Amino acid sequence: MSNGASGIDESIDAAEGISAEPVTQWDLFRTRLARHKQARIAAIFLALLFAIVFVAPFVTCAERDAYCGKLLEHPATQLRDPENGLLLVQNPPSTTRPFGTDDIGRDVLSRVIHGGRASLTVGLTTGLLVATVGTIVGALAGYYPGAVDQVLMRIVDVILGLPLLPVAIVFGSLVPQIPVLPAFLKEGAWVIAFLLGILLWGGLARIVRAEFLSLREKEFVEAARAAGSNDRRIIFRHILPNAMSPIIVATTLVVGTAIIIEAALSFLGFGVRPPTPTWGGMSAAGARVATKGFWWEFLASSSALVATVLAVNFMGDGLRDALDPTQTIERK
Amino acid sequence: MSDVLLAVDDLRTYFATEEGVVRAVDGVSFTINRGERRGVVGESGSGKSVTAMSIMGLIEPPAGQIVTGAIDFDGLNLLELPEDEMRKVRGGRIAMIFQDPMTSLNPVYTIGQQLIETIVLHQNVSKSAAREIAAQSLADVQIPYPASRLDDFPHQFSGGMRQRVMIAMGLSCNPELLIADEPTTALDVTTQAQILDLMLALADDRGTSVLLITHDLGVVAGFCDTVQVMYAGGIVESGSASDIFYDPKHPYSWGLLGSMTRLDAAQMHRLNSVRGAPPSVINLPEGCRFRPRCDFALDVCRERLPLLGPSDVEGHTVACHRAAELDLKLVTSEGAPR
Amino acid sequence: MTTGKITEYVADGGPEDMPEDVLLRVNHLVKEFPIKRGIFFKSQVGAVQAVSDISFQVRKGETLGLVGESGCGKSTTARCVMRLLEPTEGQVYFRREREVATADGGTEVVSDVVDVASADAGTLRALRRQIQIVFQDPYASLNPRMTVAGIVSEPLIVHNVGTAQERLEKVKELLAVVGLSPEHTNRYPHEFSGGQRQRIGIARALALNPRFIVLDEPVSALDVSIQAQVLNLLQDLQEEYGLTYLFIAHDLSVVRHISDRVAVMYLGKIVEFAERDTLYDAPMHPYTHALLSAVPIPDPELERSRERIILEGDIPSPADPPPGCRFNTRCPIAVQGKCDVDEPLLTQMGEGHWVACHFPEVKKVF
Ligand SMILES: Nc1ncnc2c1ncn2[C@@H]1O[C@H](COP(=O)(O)OP(=O)(O)O)[C@@H](O)[C@H]1O
Ligand SMILES: Nc1ncnc2c1ncn2[C@@H]1O[C@H](COP(=O)(O)OP(=O)(O)O)[C@@H](O)[C@H]1O
Ligand code: SF4
Ligand SMILES: [Mg+2]
Ligand SMILES: [Mg+2]
Repeated sequence: MSNGASGIDESIDAAEGISAEPVTQWDLFRTRLARHKQARIAAIFLALLFAIVFVAPFVTCAERDAYCGKLLEHPATQLRDPENGLLLVQNPPSTTRPFGTDDIGRDVLSRVIHGGRASLTVGLTTGLLVATVGTIVGALAGYYPGAVDQVLMRIVDVILGLPLLPVAIVFGSLVPQIPVLPAFLKEGAWVIAFLLGILLWGGLARIVRAEFLSLREKEFVEAARAAGSNDRRIIFRHILPNAMSPIIVATTLVVGTAIIIEAALSFLGFGVRPPTPTWGGMSAAGARVATKGFWWEFLASSSALVATVLAVNFMGDGLRDALDPTQTIERK
Repeated sequence: MSDVLLAVDDLRTYFATEEGVVRAVDGVSFTINRGERRGVVGESGSGKSVTAMSIMGLIEPPAGQIVTGAIDFDGLNLLELPEDEMRKVRGGRIAMIFQDPMTSLNPVYTIGQQLIETIVLHQNVSKSAAREIAAQSLADVQIPYPASRLDDFPHQFSGGMRQRVMIAMGLSCNPELLIADEPTTALDVTTQAQILDLMLALADDRGTSVLLITHDLGVVAGFCDTVQVMYAGGIVESGSASDIFYDPKHPYSWGLLGSMTRLDAAQMHRLNSVRGAPPSVINLPEGCRFRPRCDFALDVCRERLPLLGPSDVEGHTVACHRAAELDLKLVTSEGAPR
Repeated sequence: MTTGKITEYVADGGPEDMPEDVLLRVNHLVKEFPIKRGIFFKSQVGAVQAVSDISFQVRKGETLGLVGESGCGKSTTARCVMRLLEPTEGQVYFRREREVATADGGTEVVSDVVDVASADAGTLRALRRQIQIVFQDPYASLNPRMTVAGIVSEPLIVHNVGTAQERLEKVKELLAVVGLSPEHTNRYPHEFSGGQRQRIGIARALALNPRFIVLDEPVSALDVSIQAQVLNLLQDLQEEYGLTYLFIAHDLSVVRHISDRVAVMYLGKIVEFAERDTLYDAPMHPYTHALLSAVPIPDPELERSRERIILEGDIPSPADPPPGCRFNTRCPIAVQGKCDVDEPLLTQMGEGHWVACHFPEVKKVF
């Protein structure tokens, strides 16, 4: 059949201003993300942070052994200045130690860098767990109303009803005593990450469920069903991509929350145990001496915390906008 | 006293958007006489609503701006009226009804509260007198038990009843001009018939001028004395209803009529549709804006924008370079037993 | 052409007596939506009977128009026919065609009748190749996260048709068929206007070469000139591919243009059913009269001179339909004691003309 039969010719395209060059989804994603200034800065910040926190210690430790790396695990061996042999305690920021030293002479910069590892591990692991569990549970509950929905949502109610900090504190100390767990799970950061993962997925599950409940009624989902698509295909290929924005935003919020809760637990002394540095633990230690004028440890660790959480949230904002295909300036 | 109630002259309303300047209304001139019912037709995006909003002074700066033009309402230059004067005109001497009554009624106040507020604002009456007037205006639009329904909230009314409430609200202050922007588009045909019937009776009764905006040519045929056809921000043809329906002189009006399926056409062939789609108002074509879709375009159409000018019929104006030579009449008679 | 026995219209009985020229037979279809209350343990407190026992047949190659005002159950009927909703009661018989192997090693196409409403998952999946749907809302019916290629090839992928390359070729061909440029495969729906989106929806429906397409208000959301283009396209496609349409609309003039026969619905019931010209020239149900008289005609003289039947009040809620004739609360000729007590059944008034009214009467409305 010819085009002519349908009464349409090329003038439609011209008249409608559709450009000849197709734009790929990746192009659109990049341009949209690039347009988001805060997200761009946040992305650069987070990329640097990752490089520094997870890579730098291994690269630079050979040179900065005194302040960095393995020695941190043995604070007693690094209390003296290599030049004059004097104990370095509460040194203010200087060119050699940009963030100063703490109350037992450890370099704050290197401890902030190492402390980031706990925060980022907790943030990312919790985020991943929450995104996975929350999305699967929410999707099932939203797509299969009735018994499945009822059971899953009652579980969510219970989880959301638990008082977060007390439960985290109690289980945080019980978990490492469970004999069957693999060793890495008994380390402070991982325990907290998994605990928070279990405690925090309920909110996301509710959001995803609501999203699925409304999307499953959309005509394009009916169209997929009319084409013969099965449930799995409808859930993963048709509905889920449309629910990505809220999932991403909620997940980034969870990442931020998890980092803060980890810090709070460590601050209260229930999280990662000293001498392993964490931003929360350092903030606690720094806060104790900050009133006496030794402000730098507190400032450095808490700034790292705040900046990271902010960057994660900005990133979430930017990703949401970038992933939305309708964001390219809707044509009227 | 002149017969002309509203005179719009070379109105241009633009919007600044991310993609560029939207020339929503670009050089529109027309007049409405007292008691006249004028229809404004055109496809979505042709600038009908923006014309109405410009008259009502509802264009929101800084994005939206009336860049040139004059709107004269019974001797008042509406474009230069101070805001507090304008507020008296709006809702008092000029009333407006929108497509979706739910968005123009506040869901947290009763119908009575909203009606009374409008009445007190524009008429020098007490609250209790205003309540009487409100009940009377509900009765005028045939809402049963008007006095007690004053205490109901908007969601307690059906779509058709809400639109009747809007009409009651619009007419409660006896405006000289009623602007109705797609008042029946969201309603079913039988409800549309009720509403149009009501509007016609009330306007006739009070001699109110009406500017009825719609995309449905059928509605205009029954309701309006005069019609103007809009396309891409400009008026392409204007005249009496019979001029436009029986003797369209602009290829767009002609195409629009040919595109319509008709209830009374016994045997239909292929519809004589206008090809393509309306242009983006950001990137208007050079010359005649309809040119890319027009079957009769010549080189001159590409070069110069045709202006709305007189035709051989008194009061019938057309903006087409070829209006004088083209005879488009045959099409409307196709299949129509007249 | 079948003759006017009651059974012809009402379609009582099983698939055996379904005439050869009938492609689809909807038999006593009922669809109820439960109304639930309660926060923790929802209990059913009532039901909306969106479709109340309707029956009709669609013949091969024809267009059956289904008209009525919003909320009368048109879309629900469409979704039950497509089995996107589970009918509460009734059958949807469809004359399907299948390729079967013959004794001598070749294949032959045989046709048999299946009930879509009770078909098992496998049968239903196979049926979806023959029955397709185009939706009303060109904005909601295309997945905003998928490209045009993804949207149009979805049915092909699901039914394992061809390789990726072949599917892309097919998509391009389909786009050309519906009047879009084949270069648009990588575009997203929001880059298109309403009319173009509706063409994409039509291309998707055509992908599997269906025999029957349900069109649920396919042009209602479009501007007049675009509406005309899409109607022309639908008619061309029907001619080209020998398609059968169930065309749903609330606009009676569009239905007149495109349909061969028309069923008028009110509050979940079919109140009148006739050949197109019979329905428009000699309508007999008072609701059809009111509906027809309310449709504006773009002709000022005719429009001002014709009598308009203005209905009182609003459509009753389908959760609580009036007893007797469902139209009796608004009917200008209703007789107390009869219309609000006895339900009028569809009765044959002429060749293929069925009316559900106690006092049917031919009336010219324009
Ligand atoms: N507030 C606004 N900002 C930007 N563009 C606008 C705005 N209001 C209207 N427009 C544009 O102006 C044009 C005319 O719109 P409108 O008058 O609403 O058309 P219609 O004839 O359908 O009533 C459209 O292209 C519309 O997108
Ligand atoms: N999923 C649903 N749940 C409850 N009620 C519904 C549902 N779908 C439709 N209805 C109701 O059924 C009736 C018929 O709806 P529908 O078939 O969509 O009408 P139409 O397409 O004719 O406008 C309406 O009253 C509507 O509110
Ligand atoms: S049966 Fe009675 S109420 Fe129903 S349509 Fe006929 S006359 Fe009217
Ligand atoms: Mg408008
Ligand atoms: Mg519908």
